Amino acid sequence: MPKIKVDNIETTVPDGINLIEAAKLVGKAVPHYCYHSQLSVAGNCRMCLVEIEKQPKLQIACNTKVQEGMSFFTESPKVKEAQQFVLEFILVNHPIDCPVCDQAGECKLQQYYMKYDARPSRFEETKVHKEKAIELGPNVMLDMERCILCSRCVRFCKEIAEEDQLCFSQRGDHTMLTTFPDRPLDNPYSVNTVDICPVGALTSKDFRFQQRVWFLKGVETICTGCATGCNVRMDHNQGKVFRLVPRDNEAVNEAWMCDEGRLTYKPVNAENRLRHPLVKTAEGLREVRMETALEKFGELLKNISGHVLLGIGSAEFTNEDNYALIRFLQENFPVPHLAYTAREVEYPSQDDYLISADKNPNRAGVTAMGMKPLASEDRKYQCLIGLGPISESTLTALSFEKDHKVIVFATHREASLDYADLVFPVATFAELTGTMVNRQGRVQMLRPAFAPPGESKTVWEILSQAARLMSRAKPAYTAPEQVFADLAELVPAFKGLNYELIGKQGALLTKQ
Amino acid sequence: MDYVLTKNFNVPEAYRIDVYERTGGYQSLKRLFTMKPVDVIEEVKSSGLRGRGGAGFSAGLKWSFIPKDGKKNVYLCVNADESEPGTFKDRSLLELDPHRLVEGVIIAAYAIGAKTAYIYIRGEFDLPHTRIKAAVAEAYQKGYLGESILQSGFGLNLYVHRGAGAYICGEETGLIESLEGKRGYPRIKPPFPAIQGLFQSPTIVNNVETLSVLPYILMVGANAYRAIGTEKSTGTKLFSVSGPVQRPGVYEVPMGTPLRHFLQEQAGGMLPGKVLKAVIPGGSSMPVLNAQEVEEVNLDYESMASKGSMLGSGGVIVIPEDYCMVKALANLGRFYAHESCGQCSPCREGTGWAAKVLARLEAGKGEAGDIDLLLDIGRKMTGATICVLADSLAMPMASFIKKFRPEFEEHLTLKKCPKG
Repeated sequence: MPKIKVDNIETTVPDGINLIEAAKLVGKAVPHYCYHSQLSVAGNCRMCLVEIEKQPKLQIACNTKVQEGMSFFTESPKVKEAQQFVLEFILVNHPIDCPVCDQAGECKLQQYYMKYDARPSRFEETKVHKEKAIELGPNVMLDMERCILCSRCVRFCKEIAEEDQLCFSQRGDHTMLTTFPDRPLDNPYSVNTVDICPVGALTSKDFRFQQRVWFLKGVETICTGCATGCNVRMDHNQGKVFRLVPRDNEAVNEAWMCDEGRLTYKPVNAENRLRHPLVKTAEGLREVRMETALEKFGELLKNISGHVLLGIGSAEFTNEDNYALIRFLQENFPVPHLAYTAREVEYPSQDDYLISADKNPNRAGVTAMGMKPLASEDRKYQCLIGLGPISESTLTALSFEKDHKVIVFATHREASLDYADLVFPVATFAELTGTMVNRQGRVQMLRPAFAPPGESKTVWEILSQAARLMSRAKPAYTAPEQVFADLAELVPAFKGLNYELIGKQGALLTKQ
Repeated sequence: MDYVLTKNFNVPEAYRIDVYERTGGYQSLKRLFTMKPVDVIEEVKSSGLRGRGGAGFSAGLKWSFIPKDGKKNVYLCVNADESEPGTFKDRSLLELDPHRLVEGVIIAAYAIGAKTAYIYIRGEFDLPHTRIKAAVAEAYQKGYLGESILQSGFGLNLYVHRGAGAYICGEETGLIESLEGKRGYPRIKPPFPAIQGLFQSPTIVNNVETLSVLPYILMVGANAYRAIGTEKSTGTKLFSVSGPVQRPGVYEVPMGTPLRHFLQEQAGGMLPGKVLKAVIPGGSSMPVLNAQEVEEVNLDYESMASKGSMLGSGGVIVIPEDYCMVKALANLGRFYAHESCGQCSPCREGTGWAAKVLARLEAGKGEAGDIDLLLDIGRKMTGATICVLADSLAMPMASFIKKFRPEFEEHLTLKKCPKG
């Protein structure tokens, strides 16, 4: 652990770290473009020049490792001058088209210019013109004039995606980022290049021109596209999700996520979201108010006893929702039959990095609660309460009494809901506080971007309300923490966990 | 004086191995294989030989940076990517006496423990490529290359690799990248090539001329070599002289030779009607000398440094009175902007920016402040990048403006080039 001085602040830092990371530890930000903690060091932008005591030339902080007794300066006059001229150089051929650039507002070039330079340009020559709106692949667009050639995207493809799909061609200020002839940038992680692009050169086809970033509000949550549970920031505005971007979690996704996962927010914004409950009538499903639906719920369950009741949890719903269903049934209908369903994909994408073939974000959670996958049995049911739409094949595999009832909790109005007697509208992952357990057994938090639409709610809220209405004591939850507290108390795998402990980086289940 | 490097330049067909052998070629290997590698390094260190590629770093010392643990293969790369404007000495060595280089390669490889060596030759060098390829083939045939050279137990494979015409591939780490099949981007240092070079292994990159000196040093000994030249700049050096002189060409003179003697005796003086105005002494990237300095300076590292310039690669560019210094500098600006690899922002943008300002200035479209702007661009791109290409424009730019500022100002006031 070398002892060093950063801007005269004495500190002890871990061996082998570079000066950018060392400065960070004392709260000093060394500006940089090409450096990225997850990628190899390129040292080309020269933005991170620092002054090291007893060294005549400024050194790049990214490629300099700490040494015992080292003292360096991140804000000395020499460093400040260097930051100014590096920015002046980088801006020489930059189009400075911020008003029409999607990156404006989250652009390192804008930010650093305002912070470290903020002088008028002395460049009066004609800028080098390059191609714009180049389609690099299915998900990524390139504006070559905005590119500052930091090579982060090139290194990402080579080192993280392990598909060497980007390179530079030409030389000097005519250098261009490109793919190989007729070969697209189509690796399953390609949009990460957009995130790490410090400027507006690479933009996401899905997000570009959709929203000015300063209108966006971000919430730290997880991706629910598969069992990996990549940590993400969900950017939203006015009840609409605009994008998911990865959030650092060394234990789960480092700093990345897959392209497929990025699009999993789409259903949140879909037109066919359920806003109110649906009740079966002679004319098909009809929208009703929540009070009416809850009354109907009581009626449907009035003469049902546990042994003819099937509760179906879901590997796509939170622990809180699944557990609330379990508690509701176990407390009030001894002894119900319980199982879970999961989303099955015929040819799932998968790799040995972040993309899990299991497209269910919470299979480990429902399994830890002791639920088994739904299997056909001889038993005949009078009533089914299920999380998520129940597929036709599932229904036909089960045996029911005549006049059986089906109650489901669903997010979207789908044609396949027609079998249901009662449908409760529920919140999507973007609208709730809850937890899911990823494939590693890591319990992770979901956080709401906004309130669910219309009367839709979480399953645990609806069931708690229903219990009250049915004059049953349990469950009577008023906050997700309460559901989780019960879960932690009664299910051994969750023992000792709480939301605070799970925090932003998650916490592992107890191994059983 | 003994000619170290050019003694075969007038021997017909010295590029053929039998002719080379008749002139005493490959004789140094007999002594080589009686020595321990470490003693070869010591001998070269003690000869005072300094790298002839431009930097002038002690060749023996550079070799000694190779780790002695022998855990990884060691490689020797020959930098034959001679591309510095005004420099064409290695071309002559490759064309006229290629076996001297092969012999030097064997000596260096033995000293550093390399079993594989590569000659990275400039793509445009057609005849030099033909000659060195043929020489390598002949050397294999005669048993100077391949397994157990002269039954010494030491084996060496030597490959010739052609570049594709990028100046930057003459920078040693750019060369290594290119040799690995990658884009010729200079690498960040550390690690230095001696620790982690070609294929992540310890590597020495030596210039053609440096290696071609070695057979002589082994034959006559370090002391005899050191007796030539000055105390700190030992031996002889090749200089390629161009410009309006009587006999442009490649000449070998002892270090320390006064530049004016060299220009008079070797180059034969100026062409009739031409008056010397300035000399770029060591290839286009070196600071320019004015006529007064040309009178006073000697061709050695120290004397050049005392005048604020450098010996560099020995490319002596003579500029006459009637040639416009702004035009000359604008030409250099265009060259370095074109050859910047584009990796580091200060160089990529600085060379391009400077080239544009220079072109405008030369065309009579300069504005007040342009000259100081050029100096400022140069100052700021100096020492701020991975390699020294940016400095290679900044140095001549600063010296041209400092020593010939009135010519630049004339372009501003006249709004055209006074030389037409």
